[in-house]
Amino acid sequence: MVNQGQWNKPLPTVTGETLKFWNAARKGYLLIQHCKSCGYQWYPRGFCSGCWSKDIQYVEAKGTGKVWTYTITYQNRTPGFNEEVPYVLALVELDEGVKLFTNIINCDPKIVTIGMDVKVTFIQATNQIHIPMFEPL
Amino acid sequence: MTDLRKSAAIVGAYEHPVRYAPDKSEALIMAESIIGALADAGLEKNDVDAIFSAGGLSGYNLVDYLNMQPKYADFTSVGGASFEFHLSHAVTAIAAGRINCAVIVYASTPRVTGTLVGTGGFARNGATAADSVPGSFEDLYGKTTVGLYAMIARRHMYLYGTTSEQLAEVAVTMRKHAGLNPNALFRDPLTVEDVLASRVISDPLHLNDCCIISDGGGAVVVASPEIARNCKTKPAWVLGMAEAIAHQGAGKRDLINIAAAQTGPPAMGMAGVTHKDLDMAMIYDSFTITVVETLEDLGFCKKGEGGDFVSGGRIGLGGELPLNPDGGGLSSNHPGMRGMFLLIEATRQLRGDFTGTPRQVANCNLVLAHGTGGALGDRHSGGTIILGGD
Repeated sequence: MVNQGQWNKPLPTVTGETLKFWNAARKGYLLIQHCKSCGYQWYPRGFCSGCWSKDIQYVEAKGTGKVWTYTITYQNRTPGFNEEVPYVLALVELDEGVKLFTNIINCDPKIVTIGMDVKVTFIQATNQIHIPMFEPL
Repeated sequence: MTDLRKSAAIVGAYEHPVRYAPDKSEALIMAESIIGALADAGLEKNDVDAIFSAGGLSGYNLVDYLNMQPKYADFTSVGGASFEFHLSHAVTAIAAGRINCAVIVYASTPRVTGTLVGTGGFARNGATAADSVPGSFEDLYGKTTVGLYAMIARRHMYLYGTTSEQLAEVAVTMRKHAGLNPNALFRDPLTVEDVLASRVISDPLHLNDCCIISDGGGAVVVASPEIARNCKTKPAWVLGMAEAIAHQGAGKRDLINIAAAQTGPPAMGMAGVTHKDLDMAMIYDSFTITVVETLEDLGFCKKGEGGDFVSGGRIGLGGELPLNPDGGGLSSNHPGMRGMFLLIEATRQLRGDFTGTPRQVANCNLVLAHGTGGALGDRHSGGTIILGGD
């Protein structure tokens, strides 16, 4: 399971393009982006990847969704993950319709199923970085 | 579009027999593979005017090492399908008259270096910080190559009732074929029960659902019809080709549909062939689920019926659609980017190199090869090639 405050896994690289996302994450909000023509997009970009317009807005996601698919990982030799197996790597489909990579935490990996309702929670990795993960609703 | 059928042919093919290479560099395995493929064709260094490669050395280091002066170079690197992309690009360059004879080459030695190809995760390539995009939204969660394929296997099971036993049929068939290939790394018989009893790497994929890790390399020589007519070998003509990159589509793509759905129809359309015309297929078997998904999306069966399709001996030698008579990546060799070996075995089957042995597909005159690179669960490449005999 994920141990808060003992983050020894990869950290995100924050740039001007994604600063707003990570600032919101630190405050406990999950942001996604919306284009008037193309709808929602994930992951954050400095433009809409659908129509290549620069007119893209950050909006707060509801923070709930369903497990689209998952795997219980028993082997990953990357330090940080190696100590945490078995863990659940999942694609969660947000209520807004975009799928994102995440971990399902705060539950026994064996109870995770496709279609399971989940909600976002944030794990503090550093003072600056809080990482969105999901747990059973 | 210009009709490119029979604009070029594979005239030489060489699979390096090495599976563990502590005394060879990747560069030397590549050089030996090129020399082998040229000897096979009856051609020489001076006949070659183009080079295509991925993995191993950087392009300019490779050309330096080989001490050649290519007038055309292409180091497109899209994982395991790179060499199907290369072949398609080489045919186009030959048809345009820019080159006459190209070598496509590959080697890698992950077994010697102990590279954790499928389970190394983020640190596999020595990375220390996630890329700002998309890595910062993915690498924090412990993606592995096996895990990404496992997620697609899990979704396939959920949607279509595909079973672990059906996936195991692919591994069992490949092992049976490997028993006919003296160079294959693993040749001992394997049963469905063995696969299910092997340890789970990333649920639902077991160890034996995963390709092996070997060293290895190979090369093919691609040439114009004029050169092909004067080679020692019977040409394997390129009749159809297509390439695609499938990705997350801003989070909205249905990842159960893979690149093969984008490449199969145009490649077969270009060749003017249908599924029942094909005598065999070389299907990239990084994992058992890869084969099931690829067969479905190439249209050999309906979506969701791949589990049934791979069962009952259909994909074995003597079956309706023999796959990977060399034993595939699941048993023969998998240095990391296996697409090269699909082209080599397809060529050799079309020439009848194994005639008189059980490895030879009878009356083999039309082969489909489909390479997959990257991972089905996030983003991947797909390249389909249709090859025909002389």
